[in-house]
Parts: sequence; C-alpha cells; structure tokens
Amino acid sequence: MDDLCLRMLDRFQHDLPICAAPYQAMADELGCTEDDILQRLTLLNERKALSRVGPVFEHSRAGASTLVALAVPEVRIEEVAAQINAFDEVNHNYLREHNWNLWFVLTGPSREHLDQTLEKIEQLTGLAPLDLPMLTAYQIDLGFALGKNSQVPT
Amino acid sequence: MNSALSIEQQQQLRRLLENGLPLTSRPYQVFAEQINSSEHAVIEHVQGLAEQGLFRRFGIVVKHRALGINANVMLVMDIEDERVHQVGEALGEAPGVNLCYRRPRRPDWPYNLFCMVHGRDRQAVEAHVLELLQQHNLQQRPHHLLFSTRAFKQRGGRYNQTGTI
Repeated sequence: MDDLCLRMLDRFQHDLPICAAPYQAMADELGCTEDDILQRLTLLNERKALSRVGPVFEHSRAGASTLVALAVPEVRIEEVAAQINAFDEVNHNYLREHNWNLWFVLTGPSREHLDQTLEKIEQLTGLAPLDLPMLTAYQIDLGFALGKNSQVPT
Repeated sequence: MNSALSIEQQQQLRRLLENGLPLTSRPYQVFAEQINSSEHAVIEHVQGLAEQGLFRRFGIVVKHRALGINANVMLVMDIEDERVHQVGEALGEAPGVNLCYRRPRRPDWPYNLFCMVHGRDRQAVEAHVLELLQQHNLQQRPHHLLFSTRAFKQRGGRYNQTGTI
C-alpha cells in the first residue's frame, strides 16, 4: 500500500462528501487525480480489503440491532455458524474464546423483528441466545487509523 | 422528509447504499439509472438521510483483516453502575479503542461494559489492553478478554427486510 492509499484511508473512512463526483472530491483534497483514487479503491477491492464505499448506518436510527452470543458445543461450531450466517439479519459473526463462543450482530427494522429472529435461532439451534442490546455508546467510530498517526497497537 | 423519490425508490436506494457506491466517476448517476430517477434527486435524498443523522459515518469501509489488522479482542468488564458512564467515556476516548458500549448484564453474563480493540497481533493487543486497564485503575474489576479466532461473516447491517440483492 503506497502513501497516497494510506492518506486516502486515513482521511476518507468518514466525511466523504455526498456530491455528484465524490472520487474527484477525494482527489482534489488529496492532491491527485480521480483515476489515482479509483485505481487504489479497485485494488483494495480486488485484495478483498474494501467492504464498500458509503454509509455505515446508525443502528438506533436506521432500525434495531443487538449483540448476540451462543454457547455452542465445540463439535457443532461449523454447523451452527453456517445456520447463523444464513440469516439475512446477521452480520459480523465471530468465533471467540469463551464459553459463550459464537458472537454476532443482529439488525432489523424493529425490536419485534429481532425478538422473532432470536426465537427462530433458538428453535433452529436448540441453544438459548444471550441478547445484549446496546444501552449507551461511548465511542462508535468504526474507522481505523492506518497511516503515520495510527493508534492501532503494533 | 420531502423527497422526489417514491417510497419504493427510497427502499431500492437504501439497499443500493448498503452495498456501497459503484467505483466509477458518477456513482449516483448509476444508482439513478437503476431506480429510474435522476442523479440530482438521488444525491438530494442521500444528503437528506445524512442530515437526519441516519449515518454514523460516510466513507470508505475497510475489511481490517485484509489490511493486516489480524487481532481483535472484545474486552468485557463489570463496572459499578454508579461509575460505568465515567469509565465508558474515558475508555471511549482512549487510543486504540474502536468501540465502547454499555450493555445489560444477564443471569449468565456479569459484564456491562464492552470495548473493541484491534491490532496487528495478539501480543500487541493484549499488552495494550493491560495498559488501558492499569491506566484507568480497572485491573481489580472483573473482566475478560474475548479474542476472536475466526470470522464467519463480516459485512454491514441490513435494516430493510423486504429483500436482498
């Protein structure tokens, strides 16, 4: 990854202008051409390092969400993870080191919808989900500092 | 919000946005063609959503694992209710903490404060978390580090359940 790519990532994980030519706007601010920007985004995409360019929705305003954990017996991990992945409401499904070992986020249009989804999950897997909705957000920016001002521990 | 788009067009646009802007000079023009609208109407609608506070942020969304940020821990703590806000605010501002949320305790789950810390490798992240706990005088509070060992799915949330692309 070159310097321009790092600068692009550090500057534009937030506050990308919503205008007709957003990549040109990025280029203008970073002092390069629109092609420079599109090339780097395409490269990141080919390397599977780009999720997308666009909004991260505010859960509380865009619908309902909750963090869910299941305590899955070791031998059933693959099976249950696949069952969970199949739900369109599920994103960020991770295996973690704990008795509660499968952790995922459910999002949906309403809390009622999430309650129904939790019931379906329990019926399907035979496992009782731990339902941990957010009560207060103290820090919600999901951007990562990657360049020279990076605070990512190395 | 007054929008030039029909409800159906708004829902279509929402799904397109969840999948991200096309990597081409005029991405909103592409969206406009897909929902039979104009570039101007699409941009105005997206700006309206932003003004309503529907977006947490708007920009490049990376997959951190592909960028070499391979270690990710969920630090969970049991903090007294009287000072959980104070501790949450402080940890939320600490370097390297990407998320800091208060969540409910449950009968089988004693922790009420959650922080996500990402880093290049496990040792670095573990050391960083221990330092954070020390700096904020939290070593004595019940806590646990839940490292992630596999990602089965990693994508943005879908809020609209009327269909997928």
